[in-house]
Amino acid sequence: MKRHVLHPLWLAIGLVGLILLARHFMVPDDFGIHGDSFTYNFHRLGNIQEWKDFPVKYQGRESCRECHKDNVKTHRRSPHKNVECENCHGPSGNHPDDVEFLPLNRERSLCMRCHASLEYPNAARSDLPAVHDRRHKRKRECVSCHNPHDPREDVE
Amino acid sequence: MTCSRREFLKEAIGGTVATVLPLSAFTFLTSAEARAAIADSKVRWAFLVDTNKCVGCGMCVKACKNENEIPYDAPVTRTWVERYVVTKDGETHVDSPMGGRDGFTSSAIRDEEIDPENIDKAFFVPKLCNQCDNPACVQVCPVGATYQTGDGVVLVDREWCIGCGYCIMACPYGVRFFHPKYKVADKCNFCYHRITKGLQPACVQSCAFGARRLANLRDPDDPVTKIITTERVAVLKDEYGTKPHVFYLGLDTNVR
Amino acid sequence: MTEDIIVHGAEWTIKELFVYPNEFIYWSIQIVMYPYMTGLVAGAFVLSSLYHVFGQKDLKEIAQFSLVFSLALLPVAALPLLLHLQQPLRAMEPLLTPHFTSAIAAFGIVFTVYGLIVVSEIWFVYREYFVYQLEALKGAPGFWNAQRRIAYRALTFGARDVSEGAIRVDHKAAKILAGIGIPVACFLHGYAGFIFGSVKANALWMSPLMPVIFIMSAVVSGIALCMLTYIVIMEWQAFRKRRKDGAAAAGDIKGAERDVVGRATRYLLGFLIAAISLELLDLIFRGYTAMKSWDILRSVMYGKDFINIFVLQYTLGNLVPFILLLLPRLTIRRTVLALLLVLFGVFMMRWNVVIGGQAFSLSFSGYMHYHIPIIPHSLETFKEGLFGALTVIATPFVLFWLINKFVPSLRRDIGEA
Repeated sequence: MKRHVLHPLWLAIGLVGLILLARHFMVPDDFGIHGDSFTYNFHRLGNIQEWKDFPVKYQGRESCRECHKDNVKTHRRSPHKNVECENCHGPSGNHPDDVEFLPLNRERSLCMRCHASLEYPNAARSDLPAVHDRRHKRKRECVSCHNPHDPREDVE
Repeated sequence: MTCSRREFLKEAIGGTVATVLPLSAFTFLTSAEARAAIADSKVRWAFLVDTNKCVGCGMCVKACKNENEIPYDAPVTRTWVERYVVTKDGETHVDSPMGGRDGFTSSAIRDEEIDPENIDKAFFVPKLCNQCDNPACVQVCPVGATYQTGDGVVLVDREWCIGCGYCIMACPYGVRFFHPKYKVADKCNFCYHRITKGLQPACVQSCAFGARRLANLRDPDDPVTKIITTERVAVLKDEYGTKPHVFYLGLDTNVR
Repeated sequence: MTEDIIVHGAEWTIKELFVYPNEFIYWSIQIVMYPYMTGLVAGAFVLSSLYHVFGQKDLKEIAQFSLVFSLALLPVAALPLLLHLQQPLRAMEPLLTPHFTSAIAAFGIVFTVYGLIVVSEIWFVYREYFVYQLEALKGAPGFWNAQRRIAYRALTFGARDVSEGAIRVDHKAAKILAGIGIPVACFLHGYAGFIFGSVKANALWMSPLMPVIFIMSAVVSGIALCMLTYIVIMEWQAFRKRRKDGAAAAGDIKGAERDVVGRATRYLLGFLIAAISLELLDLIFRGYTAMKSWDILRSVMYGKDFINIFVLQYTLGNLVPFILLLLPRLTIRRTVLALLLVLFGVFMMRWNVVIGGQAFSLSFSGYMHYHIPIIPHSLETFKEGLFGALTVIATPFVLFWLINKFVPSLRRDIGEA
């Protein structure tokens, strides 16, 4: 048996060695099987905390109450009571620290999301008061007549 | 320079063993360490969608995009709402314009007006990642960039994903997509950053009609878990064996 | 909308009827090229092994040639993937943290093993040649000769023994590697078929037959490409000989060429029959069992994609070359036409699987149309467009030309088995 036959084997071993070396430097230490199964739990552990640290944008209505007592009170007793403040005003984030004024969206399209008439039988949609966009005061803002915090009230 | 067959075998085996030994450097955490590291297994997140309550306002889609920084104008979304209109001639018309991001304000489906007289039934179906128990997407990831946490949520590691798209092809529900900015795979994760702080997912919070609700299946006192376990619920496409954990009330046979 | 917000796939996908919002044609032309190129690699290697392992002496000429060509094809097989990845700089990860439950993770291992086998086999076949070249260049003056000396010295890997015993060992080793290489080549391409066949979410791809269909058509394409390139080179050599020594001298070359081609054709036909049978079986089975997906699949296969599947792939790509090769008095010209059609047919098969599988929505209620970017206007439309595909096709020929400078693939005096 001639020795030179083994040369390709040395090449192969060298290559595997290189890959293992690369692995040592390039793969984070916390990469492995973190759970019962290789199929479903093979990952970098640190990523879980990274996702937990993702910034929260929507704060929820309770955070609005502190400063906007009146509107919250009106809103809470109205047919819109289940609609989150941030649904129409956008996520509050760190407001008022980073953003002084949250957007006031006065467009029809915002109200039409729920109140565009679709005439579907047996659908929860049809329980909502609705209008046909083109037949009801076209080109005027809904909020020029209806108070969004209590739509039963008319706006002067 | 000759050597005997015996010497050849010795060298070959020796060389192979020398290679294999460093493979033990491929460390895995011990079972105890692993369990300590992962989230509470007293939690298994699940979701309940009540299609009887959904009005198709699309606030959930808008909230999700804002909360999870998915570019608003990009035609991809972590959650979406589908509209089904079943007409008397047996046709089912389905649409989901921009995932329902702007709600459904027109009764025309893909420019086809549908006469309300012809409608047998119409309803809305919100969809999101099912956080499956046997996620096909996780199985096919070549590098371990996507995985299942101890509390059942499937996450994607943005630093490790190579962007091959295999997970996107493997998901039977079509919930995955390439994030337009980060160029890695993305999908709904039940707002993991919120639920682990005791908050509700953005879509659940923004739903004024209670069509979307989060549940912890391991908590017997969770009211939503009670509904899932005691009322008649369905899941999407269970024939794929993925064991999805988004349960539906009022799931119609026409739903795709 | 800012510049860097590009939804991958939206550029070249047109949706029809109801398609889920996140669905686009994510696996486009480069994913068609990838199995095509690995198929050529596997096929070229199997052709070479038919000589080295099964002693099919009639294939000696083309066997050597195809072995070297499979080396030129190998790095090119990885190129479509690099062009497709959204994060190409992370391309080493399947080698660093392979998640073996994924068929794609096998890529790193299989590719590396296969590469080592091909390189090793070529080394054993050409080692004697390298040593002789080194000796012939001893003392030759000039910069390029010095470079060649360095190259050949490196290529011998320090093994300069060219005694009869050493050469015999070389040939034995080459034969063993060729033998091991066949299942590895099958694995290399079978796993590519498994990548598709195991996706249960895709109604067209999901099939246990996929890996086998892919292997069969891979071998077909590999043999066809090797035959085609071989013919081109032989014709060129005959043309030069005719210019130099007259028509009679060229006759020898042409005669040998016709012999080799005739024999290789038999193997090609065998694998072609196998490939067609399996594909037809798959089609008939789907129609017979008529699962939930059958309605939309039928409308795609017999409607939208009818020309792609039945005219371009089955007729032009399979039936016509089949007839051409079986008709008596086979000429080189007719063979070339048949081989080109075969190569086209195998390409269409990859296209019809990859693009066809994304032609319908997961909802089974809508379609997606693929419009391949022709004129690139961004990096993405270049990589995943026509010019990206053309780059992939051209590269193996460039590499083959380079490799031939050191490993001449058509010399008859090298590598007796």
